[in-house]
Amino acid sequence: MLKKVFGYGFLTIAAIVSIFPFLWMIISATNKSVDVTKGKLLPGSHLVENLTNLLNTVDLIPALVNSAKISIITTVLGMLIASLAGYGFEIFQSKAKDFLFNFLLLSMMIPFAALMVPLFRMFGTISQTTPMIGIDTFSAVILPTVTTAFLIFFFRQSTKMFPKDILEAGRIDGLTELGVFFRIYIPTMKTTYAAAAIITFMASWNSYLWPLVVLQSPENQTIPLLISVLGSSYSPDFGVIMTAIVIATLPAALIFFIMQKHFVAGMMGSVK
Amino acid sequence: MIPAKATPHIQTGKSTRGHRLKNTIIGWSFVTVATVLICLFYFYPMVQAFIMSLQSGRGTNLTFVGFENYARLLKDPVFLTTVKNTVVYLIIQVPLMIILALFISVLLNDKALKCKGFFRTAIFLPCVTSLVAYSVIFKYLFGQDGLVNIMLLKLSFISEPIQWLTDPFWAKITIIIAITWRWTGYNMIFYLSALQNIDHSIYEAAKIDGASPIQTFFKITIPMLKPIILFTSITSTIGTLQLFDEVMNITVGGPGNATMTISQYIYNLSFKYTPDFGYAATVSYAIVILIVIFSIIQFKVAGDKNA
Repeated sequence: MLKKVFGYGFLTIAAIVSIFPFLWMIISATNKSVDVTKGKLLPGSHLVENLTNLLNTVDLIPALVNSAKISIITTVLGMLIASLAGYGFEIFQSKAKDFLFNFLLLSMMIPFAALMVPLFRMFGTISQTTPMIGIDTFSAVILPTVTTAFLIFFFRQSTKMFPKDILEAGRIDGLTELGVFFRIYIPTMKTTYAAAAIITFMASWNSYLWPLVVLQSPENQTIPLLISVLGSSYSPDFGVIMTAIVIATLPAALIFFIMQKHFVAGMMGSVK
Repeated sequence: MIPAKATPHIQTGKSTRGHRLKNTIIGWSFVTVATVLICLFYFYPMVQAFIMSLQSGRGTNLTFVGFENYARLLKDPVFLTTVKNTVVYLIIQVPLMIILALFISVLLNDKALKCKGFFRTAIFLPCVTSLVAYSVIFKYLFGQDGLVNIMLLKLSFISEPIQWLTDPFWAKITIIIAITWRWTGYNMIFYLSALQNIDHSIYEAAKIDGASPIQTFFKITIPMLKPIILFTSITSTIGTLQLFDEVMNITVGGPGNATMTISQYIYNLSFKYTPDFGYAATVSYAIVILIVIFSIIQFKVAGDKNA
């Protein structure tokens, strides 16, 4: 009995601590800045006012569009590249490919901070000849981050459980290898793709350091950059900032709630 | 590591050798794009960084100086402070979070528990926030007149506000609290899935043998979860060694350099102060070396090559 009370008590506290900053964020978005500073914990009626102020002071919509563009392209391309590779490593397994696979996994150990400076110089050099994909472009944000060894690993792990007979059937029916991949593998692996999509989209939507380094003009700003600038202002309007954070958090939170099952299933699949 | 398996063979009338060759080409072409991109954007920059670390100068005007930057590293007080800060976060925050996550997942794994879904979703919720967004929220919550101080004062836990962001000691605590809040649920999911794979009869047997819950936890649960604990502790270590977003947005590395991390120092060296790309690259190699050292330690502590 005591054990039970303790268990529920502990979990309740953990749940409250986890949820509280969210509640505070949402409540504060509906209150005036002065009330937020006073520690008001009840919903107010200033949401519309905060939203209008937010839209008038910063370029929220363009930043949302920029973030959406970058995240969607990264997610689609990233999944395609990683699943092709994960499939290739597992279905066409060979000693040499296993060696290459393990070598690619080493890239997971490389911290981004170590890549930032050489990547910045690399894109600086590219800028001189082809400014289209150089510094201050979305391509420069997407290219270095679109392929991750983790995602390749994730797809390879999931492919291990894939019923290989179906592929054989497809080949006998006269499909090319790419045909087998696009017409049989992708439709069968929907769950894996869903999980990979969530992981990639969230990481891209929330990424901060590399966009901070490589995106320089204000019109290319992404949501995390905008939030960071708002958050570091000297006379912050708390209501307005909290409204911005709610809007920035909403897409990732919605996707998570809609696809929660896939997400958890995907994470588990990656460890097995 | 990976069990050997036969490559799929296609049975048609053509010669096997020609087929094998075709199969090899097809197999390699599937992995080409990913391999090229990872080499181009991970391994090539690492080589570049090493070459840069042997050079010094302002901006793009670099001259070769050999290992001078590495010597400078060991005498640089700011660098040593950032290493110290990062290691402090690491040795306090990672174990704290892992124990907390383990404990929560064991409680959640109880078959008789009600509202399991609610607790799990609630505790996982922090993971959907962007690092920047939650950092800004924590910065305000832990401000001088922030909500945390207001509540602690009201409840009379403290008599004057704690300097959460401006005192070197408390600023570190704030960062640790923030990271723990963000990542405990994430690690919990891994443990929870691993726990569900443990055969329940083991626990039944332990119960019959008269093992207490604490004994069961240390003698059965922990050993069974060892591979996943190792996995999460290595990923958490790599994450903590690269810590940037939180510190940049909660304390900007202050007060003084009391919370600055190595990543932030690299950023400052390259983009905030007069750019010294050569030295910044040297500092970035320090993180790589730290990651290797800590990963080896963790493998050694776990003491299992197959983990």
